[in-house]
Amino acid sequence: MKLNDLERAMLAGEKGPALRAAIEHQIKVGDFFGAQDFVPVTQAHIMADTESLGEAGVRWLESLGRDNARMLVPTITDPRGTDFAKASVLKQPAAGLELERRTIEAFKRLGVMLTDTCINYQTIQAPARGEHVAFGDTGVVIYANSVCAARSNYEGGPSAVAAGLTGRTPRYGFHLEEQRRASVRIRVECMPESLNEWGALGAVIGRLAGSYWAVPVVEGIEAAPGSDSLKHFGAAMASFGSIALYHLVGLTPEAAAADADRLPLAHRIGEAEIRALQAAYAGEKEIDVVVFSAPQLSLYELRQLAALCDGRRFTKPLLAVTSPQVKPDADRFGFTACIEAAGGHVLSGMCFYQSYAREIAEANGWKRLATNSAKLVNILGGYGYVPLLASMERCVDAAESGRLP
Amino acid sequence: MTEFIARQALGERVRGQALVAKDGFSARYDLDRLRGVFSRPSHKLAGQSYVGRILVLDVAKGGVATAWMLHEMASRGLAPLALVLNSVNPILAQGAVFGSVTLLAGFDEDITTKVPTGALVELDPATRALRVL
Repeated sequence: MKLNDLERAMLAGEKGPALRAAIEHQIKVGDFFGAQDFVPVTQAHIMADTESLGEAGVRWLESLGRDNARMLVPTITDPRGTDFAKASVLKQPAAGLELERRTIEAFKRLGVMLTDTCINYQTIQAPARGEHVAFGDTGVVIYANSVCAARSNYEGGPSAVAAGLTGRTPRYGFHLEEQRRASVRIRVECMPESLNEWGALGAVIGRLAGSYWAVPVVEGIEAAPGSDSLKHFGAAMASFGSIALYHLVGLTPEAAAADADRLPLAHRIGEAEIRALQAAYAGEKEIDVVVFSAPQLSLYELRQLAALCDGRRFTKPLLAVTSPQVKPDADRFGFTACIEAAGGHVLSGMCFYQSYAREIAEANGWKRLATNSAKLVNILGGYGYVPLLASMERCVDAAESGRLP
Repeated sequence: MTEFIARQALGERVRGQALVAKDGFSARYDLDRLRGVFSRPSHKLAGQSYVGRILVLDVAKGGVATAWMLHEMASRGLAPLALVLNSVNPILAQGAVFGSVTLLAGFDEDITTKVPTGALVELDPATRALRVL
């Protein structure tokens, strides 16, 4: 890679050992993908739950702090592995909570802002068109690229830390204009309504496109979906297909430049395909737990959930997970009280699957999990759950009766 | 000996036994990392140990956790020896760099059809070569 004077100084260790390690990591990744140089980034977003880091990853973060490294650009965090106020409800392992505490301290020492959110585009600061960023969390990246027309690759935790420290990232993938052109043309012949249907549509497209380097361009969605619909749509597409950018004809900012007309129509998706995707996650009626998470809920989703919970009495645990930015408003507006009066829990700053999902399943006897998140059902199979995909309304009914209607 | 050349490679030269499937790879979605086995019921390698094996798979799937997890798995001696894929996303490359796991990706042919499970395989990132010995 071609380096400027500052980057050469970092590589030579003139800016300290942490920056040298950071830029060495970035150069190896950049060389692998054929990057010619670096591009400056305005912000970084780090996925760093301690189930993923383990003891080894936490020690690495702590070592950066001992080198007195500080983030060069605003750097924020994805959900943490717990909400300490609710850890006893979840019965999370004590060792994991101790790793969380150490990670939080390590991030503070590095100057990382612990926003603990995977919906930073709804709560912190959405990137602007053309803005180069280094975002972790696949759902954040696909929303930033597709809806905001910002530029980001998937930046895993170590790479996002490196980008925050150096203020740059290797220029490859979705930082390049040529990678942003559509590569597969898809026609949608139905309009999803509920969030689980938007997620299911995203999942079907993700499976069809099937590669990080594929860029689906989607025709046939006539009315503008809201932010929450696109949140579930993109998060599921990224989860099922590793997709980082899509275009919606007539809707998303770069759709016109995506040059879709040169592509043959590759796939048609109708109600049957969306039903089939959801049917794959409908194997059981009895449930053990209901979870709304992945992505964290917006204030509007919590408003809807609170209305559904009003006057109910749950027989099964219901967990609703949101960001630390949304939670105070949910408290102020009475949404939290309404959900918890029915027997549910509103958790903040974590995400269910990043919170020792296997251990809490064993501790609580949870196996059959109902959710309206297509992303979550895709992830939890590997953790030993039987995940069930249903609308928010049906999930709330199931929390009351113990059974999906 | 049969040799295949990858378009992308990183890491150290390694030699080991191949575990092959036409399926994807995500450390969070597919693995029980405590026991060192594929745990996703629908994965074609479900129940099989990946520890110390050269995994030959189709594409990198899923989320960003693999970037941390290869490093964490290696710290406990429960990582695959190397990864070979038809196509990777940045996460797998970032994770391979961070975890010091050899990685080859991108072939002219479907590599999962060219390497039999159980074969002794050598990976040489310097020449981007995969050799079935």
